[in-house]
Amino acid sequence: MNQAPSSTNDSTLAVELSDVWKSFPGVTANAGVNLSVRTGTIHALLGENGAGKSTLMNILAGVYRPDRGELKIHGQSHHFRNPADALSAGIGMVHQEFRLIPSFSVAENVVLGSAATVLRTRQVELQVSELAERFGLKVDPSQPLWQLSMGERQKVEILKILWRNAQVLILDEPTTVLTPSEVGELGDILTKMANDGRSIIFISHKLHEVSGICDEATVLRQGKTVASALPIESTGQRELAQLMVGTSASSTDRPSPSTPGAPLLELDGLSALGDRGLEAFSNLTFQVNSGEIVGIAGVAGNGQRELADVIAGLRPSTTGSLLMDGADITTASPQFRFKSGLAYIPEDRLGVGLAPRLSITDNAILRVYRQQRRGPFILAEKALSYCKDIVHRFGVRSADLEGPIAALSGGNLQRLLVGRELDGEPSVVVASQPTRGLDVQGVKAIQELLIQQRDSGVAVIMISEDLDELLTITDRLLVMESGVIRGEFDPRTASRDEVGMAMLSDGQAITDT
Amino acid sequence: MTEASLIGLFVATVSFGALLYLAALGELLAEKAGVLNLGVEGMMAVGAVTAFIAGVELKNPWAALLVAMLSSAILASVHGFFTVGLGAEQVVSGLSLTILGLGLAAYLGKDYVGLPPGAELVPVEWAGLSDLPWVGPIFFSQAPIVYLALLMGITVSFVLSSTRLGLALRAAGESASSTDSAGHSVLGLRLSAVAAGGALAGASGAYLTLSITPQWAEGLTAGRGWIAVALVIFGAWRPGRVGIGALIFGGTLALKTRLQTFGVDFSPIILSMLPYVLTLVILLVISIQARKRPSPAPFGLGLAYRREER
Repeated sequence: MNQAPSSTNDSTLAVELSDVWKSFPGVTANAGVNLSVRTGTIHALLGENGAGKSTLMNILAGVYRPDRGELKIHGQSHHFRNPADALSAGIGMVHQEFRLIPSFSVAENVVLGSAATVLRTRQVELQVSELAERFGLKVDPSQPLWQLSMGERQKVEILKILWRNAQVLILDEPTTVLTPSEVGELGDILTKMANDGRSIIFISHKLHEVSGICDEATVLRQGKTVASALPIESTGQRELAQLMVGTSASSTDRPSPSTPGAPLLELDGLSALGDRGLEAFSNLTFQVNSGEIVGIAGVAGNGQRELADVIAGLRPSTTGSLLMDGADITTASPQFRFKSGLAYIPEDRLGVGLAPRLSITDNAILRVYRQQRRGPFILAEKALSYCKDIVHRFGVRSADLEGPIAALSGGNLQRLLVGRELDGEPSVVVASQPTRGLDVQGVKAIQELLIQQRDSGVAVIMISEDLDELLTITDRLLVMESGVIRGEFDPRTASRDEVGMAMLSDGQAITDT
Repeated sequence: MTEASLIGLFVATVSFGALLYLAALGELLAEKAGVLNLGVEGMMAVGAVTAFIAGVELKNPWAALLVAMLSSAILASVHGFFTVGLGAEQVVSGLSLTILGLGLAAYLGKDYVGLPPGAELVPVEWAGLSDLPWVGPIFFSQAPIVYLALLMGITVSFVLSSTRLGLALRAAGESASSTDSAGHSVLGLRLSAVAAGGALAGASGAYLTLSITPQWAEGLTAGRGWIAVALVIFGAWRPGRVGIGALIFGGTLALKTRLQTFGVDFSPIILSMLPYVLTLVILLVISIQARKRPSPAPFGLGLAYRREER
């Protein structure tokens, strides 16, 4: 609407979705969406969490059936009944959660959708590696998938689609699992595919990535198309951001400086093992004071997740000690730590933080159900009013408090989780990737909550991969790499490059070139 | 212990091994596709009784075998309908199937108890080979179902490892959503695996009444269906290893009835526990290894799949 679609006729349009509607119980995810993607281009599909991007793409990929709407591929009308229909029409999708099988080899994963009746392993592996080389995807086809990193798994997903010779590739927030250098690599791969005549739909809400990779953009807001086929080059990031959120999304201003008090959390020579039994981090010594936010920066997989687990009591430490408010909690149970005032916002919201099949109310009282009971019974009324209170105070948008929590969008899940954790008036907050995958307003809300906590004298540890965020809201910044602290920075004076260098200090030489 | 009785022991080992192998292969197929079917005992019983009845009525052992396989496949499909079609709890449905199958077999067979068999599958004679010492009687004078079991083992192994169908079937057992998005019908794959598994359990039951003990009595299956379920775990979901396990477990069954004649003072009850003890040991090994590598159990085993559920 901001701009008329560029002069197109049906033959140059790879995908044409018009007036698509789709409702789930309590939510209308798509309310008359339109989308046109020109052949051979990389098309950005932008929108906040819950704007209906994933739903629309699941319709295009045949996973969901639309309630209403028309779908044309290369000018031909289609009604997909299942993903197989979409695949045979040339549509392939890389979902946010990969659809890969850990016990299968790379080659088996790739050919699963379309294999010869009888498989000759050698031959299949050879064909897969030929295809991979054509588009610059580096993977070993005989390797079992469970040994691969997230970035490599994404390449396998893309290979799967290319193997089916899909002409339209949908990537649902592909960069969330990638390191910055991998994002660049992905951009090159996608450009190669577009030059090969394929069309790519790139779902994202990271504007700087979109402007580096995509040709055109469609913006969704609250289930509707607010702008279509915007040429990226001539549209400013600010304009895109405005379209996405509806109002001007000003960049977060630095909060007022903190007034740190006594140390509330002290790590002394702490070490722990990772999931594979290798050392995740070693000999960490630092402290977090009352009234400050300490940021932990680093590329994912350098021990940050394990560190958060150890502080929360979900993973044993191998050496060293952990003190909270002067008391040794090195071997204390998670329940004891929570009672002593430790709040934990885990990275894995739906797995560790919340129970997906339980209701919103059940999830809200998960930590404090002992207060909503009489004898062995939970008091439903009391639990519900407690839940309403959290939902209200932390701005969770939800239709049905008795409904399963999995129906909430990412941002609302996080508000509920953060609300639940902060409600107990903690003295220490450990927040692991608290704003990842959230929309602009969600990010802001969560950041403000953490700053509020800080101002009321809480010690906050914030683990994030978003360096800009850390530089804006933290009071001290530690950089973690290969399980050790590579440097401490003052975010007021540190430059982005300096910190970035520390993040990549050693690992870089091993992974690249 | 004479040479003849030792040969007899090995003959029975192979024969019981084949009996267990057929049923275990069926369970392996279903589990590889992601459906746990604890109804093996019931399906075997129905296979046994329908084979016997069809033998009496039709006087043709091959027709009887076919009837048994079909009956058990239909019974298995009831499990398939509830668990795959409706997403019902697999353990509950499977246990019900065992109880239903045992009851159904008792009901169907009540007029046939004690009757002489109408048809039998007699041992195959292999020209030249059957007369060899030791290997002749042990491997080349067995009932045709033994060779069927071997053939099925090779077939299942080949299909699973080297065909598109096998790849899709294993995928359905590992991750239904991946299989679905790859364009395979999870419903179709799982239903057919469960039905095929039922047919194999039926063949195993038929082997009992057409060859091993050619008569019908209630409780004839005597828990062998459960051994077949354990065998799949013991063999770490691999057709070859399950085959080796079948011979070991078959050996315990064969030995159980012969201990006394061998003059060994050892309780046959302890021997009956052996398959389960061995299975527990294997479970332990798998669990310890699982810290370093994925477990050999299909990852989606026991999980129902509905496409639009988040």
